[in-house]
Amino acid sequence: MSSSRKAMMMKTAVAASLSGLLVAGAWAQGASAEKFPGVGRNATAKEVQAWDIDVRPDFKGLPKGSGSVEKGQDVWEAKCASCHGVFGESNEVFSPLIGGTTKDDIKTGNVARLKDASFPGRTTFMKVPTISTVWDYINRAMPWNAPKSLSHDEVYAVTAYMLNLADIVPPDFTLSDKNIAEVQARMPNRNGMTTEHAMWPGTEFTQKAVKPDVKAVACMSNCGPEPQVRSKLPDHASNNHGNLADQNRPVGAQHGVQTDSAAKPAAAAAPAIKAATGGAGGAPTALLEKNACIACHGMDQKIVGPSFGDIAKKHAGQVDYLVGKIKNGGSGVWGNVPMPPQPGMSDDEAKSIANWLAGSAK
Amino acid sequence: MHNQMTGRVRKAPENFVQGDGVAKVFAEAKAGRRSFIRSAFAAAAAGAATTAFAQNGQNVGEGDPNILELPAHTKGLGQPVAAEGYGKPSKYEVNVQRRPSPGLTQTRQASVSFAPLQSLFGIVTPSGLHFERHHQGWWDIDPSKHRLMVNGLVKNPKVFTMDELMRLPSVSRFHFIECGANTGMEWGNVAVPTVQYTHGMISCSEFTGVPLITLLEMAGADLKKGKFILAEGADGSSMTRTIPIELITSGEVIVAYGQNGEMLRPEQGYPLRLVVPGVQGVSWVKYLRRIEVGDAPYAAKDEAVHYIDLMPDGQHRQYSSIQECKSVVTTPSGGQMLLDKGFYNITGLAWSGCGKVKRVDVSVDGGRNWRTARLEGPVMSKCLTRFNIDWVWDGKPAIIQSRAMDETGYVQPTYQQMRAVRGTRSIYHNNSIQSWALREDGEVVNVQLA
Repeated sequence: MSSSRKAMMMKTAVAASLSGLLVAGAWAQGASAEKFPGVGRNATAKEVQAWDIDVRPDFKGLPKGSGSVEKGQDVWEAKCASCHGVFGESNEVFSPLIGGTTKDDIKTGNVARLKDASFPGRTTFMKVPTISTVWDYINRAMPWNAPKSLSHDEVYAVTAYMLNLADIVPPDFTLSDKNIAEVQARMPNRNGMTTEHAMWPGTEFTQKAVKPDVKAVACMSNCGPEPQVRSKLPDHASNNHGNLADQNRPVGAQHGVQTDSAAKPAAAAAPAIKAATGGAGGAPTALLEKNACIACHGMDQKIVGPSFGDIAKKHAGQVDYLVGKIKNGGSGVWGNVPMPPQPGMSDDEAKSIANWLAGSAK
Repeated sequence: MHNQMTGRVRKAPENFVQGDGVAKVFAEAKAGRRSFIRSAFAAAAAGAATTAFAQNGQNVGEGDPNILELPAHTKGLGQPVAAEGYGKPSKYEVNVQRRPSPGLTQTRQASVSFAPLQSLFGIVTPSGLHFERHHQGWWDIDPSKHRLMVNGLVKNPKVFTMDELMRLPSVSRFHFIECGANTGMEWGNVAVPTVQYTHGMISCSEFTGVPLITLLEMAGADLKKGKFILAEGADGSSMTRTIPIELITSGEVIVAYGQNGEMLRPEQGYPLRLVVPGVQGVSWVKYLRRIEVGDAPYAAKDEAVHYIDLMPDGQHRQYSSIQECKSVVTTPSGGQMLLDKGFYNITGLAWSGCGKVKRVDVSVDGGRNWRTARLEGPVMSKCLTRFNIDWVWDGKPAIIQSRAMDETGYVQPTYQQMRAVRGTRSIYHNNSIQSWALREDGEVVNVQLA
């Protein structure tokens, strides 16, 4: 431990106790020896390569590769569109990715609509200043139910497709490690971030301490005007979160308000599932949630795909057909949005779900 | 009549009347007919065959049957030891649960559940009630196969097993963790009914682990060039966040495996998570697999698409991380019902990502006048602090608020003060003063003031 390092650590009581421990190590080992012998080992180059996947805004960490908009469209429709929509509008499942940016924004680097409080929602491309972020995130976390399954070239291609949807690159564009910095210089909101605030616990961005922006004074008496209520929940929404009487301990200084006039015990969700499936056995809820089926399928309403109730009606008794569709995906039966294959699901799981669906509508 | 009752707390009516009687009483209470409540209790209680007994303290007859008639648990043999290898809460505590907010998210893997602050005491959140925020679902990872890698600007990239991390000198510290989006639904308007949903993305635990600086030094980190670290998780989302090296060299940031005396819960990142005191929860990377030392920030997805605060001028604040000083009254709070006038303990939680809570004031008139509350010890840095203040309710409408100050002198702002600077579209970092309106009928509702 260097003396300057030691001095820095002595600054806080927390660190002082730590350095005490290090001194104890020195007592056992001599000052220059390894402090914690036998603990930890050097990582191999292959291990670091396997895990060190992050890509910074300066593109440190970006692997070589390339992908065209055209190829990206194929990957997108097979693996991304089911959640994010064919055009990145996201089928109301997740926040839309594309939209809200203009050619002018690409020139200025500021998305003008962010100043318009009446513009609904904020798409990913209205916010993200750095294409490195998009590349990194797709590479590490997408597709949502099979992360890290895309090749680097596929990540380039999908990124290129999104850039084209956002009108940042032309349809014949091929994105690569060579030209990605030029693309970043065209990002619509590249100048839209500020680090001038007091909420970063360091001085790396501002080089100096910044004072908090909101300043209040602790007035104690006759403060401000007579209070007026400007906002509260409308009466019809009082039960939106369920019966509040069931969400408070039934003993204590105050109890929960009965917001459900029928005052039925919990499990309001269960009847909806039964109703949708004719009541033939309960839904395999755990399986459906585990495999993220409910991201796209509602019990009795269409979300991205058809509702389980509609599937049950249309394919009553067709267990094998349903197993195939669940495992391998498909499109065209219920519209253009494809159902992605489910490689992570076991045969038993697929069969359980298919049995439930096939048997429910009888 | 009411004056005679002052200072006397009405006993829980649910214990003495049937469910339909309770519903009737609440309905009447909502309608504001307080005099009816008393007779309704008496009538409903008399009608219930089991324990007919008026609880107003005046008409006790020969005495409370709960005292006079010895119950089974006083006259029988109880359960043996270790009937439950891992003990559970009483079956009567079933209402105390973490809960999602309906309609907030479309899937339950990328979602949040809120801690039931209205039912908790003190400052420690029971591990099973700790709020959850997952980006790609949670896992129960085999600790014997979990590894932590330290790489980047280091002499020797290192790999540690859990066995090795748990051999190193450890520290145990109490800290709060709050999601940056806590109270985010309330930026524009009142949106949710109870403190569980307004403030329940906060929890507090004693965390045990190894100061990250120990591991960086073992790897020979370049702490001059290395201004930042990247923390990365092992789950599908492989969450990443940038953290300044200052927080690590100060010894504050720890690589934790322990929580409240046991291992972390799977929902909290078992077997390893980063603890970044004072900083929003998204930086407390769960299933921690890698620490990279670097000379530039990383602009991860949750630093460039989410967890950025939109200001009225159209700029987003990037790398906004600190949870500024905040407090909330947890009882009485929204969705609760006071059963009578008289004495109450107003209690709540205060915290600051910048250090210790110095003072909490409470108002019952919507912020016109304030009294300073008692802080329950211990008061610790970047940790929840419990406050209490005595109050006798006179049965008139009231608006209950709390306002915290921390040791830097920062004062928790009102919604007006907050919105004047940050507008209403930020989503993140809403630490405005919360208002609970108490109506004459005893019901508490969530309100925002003009």
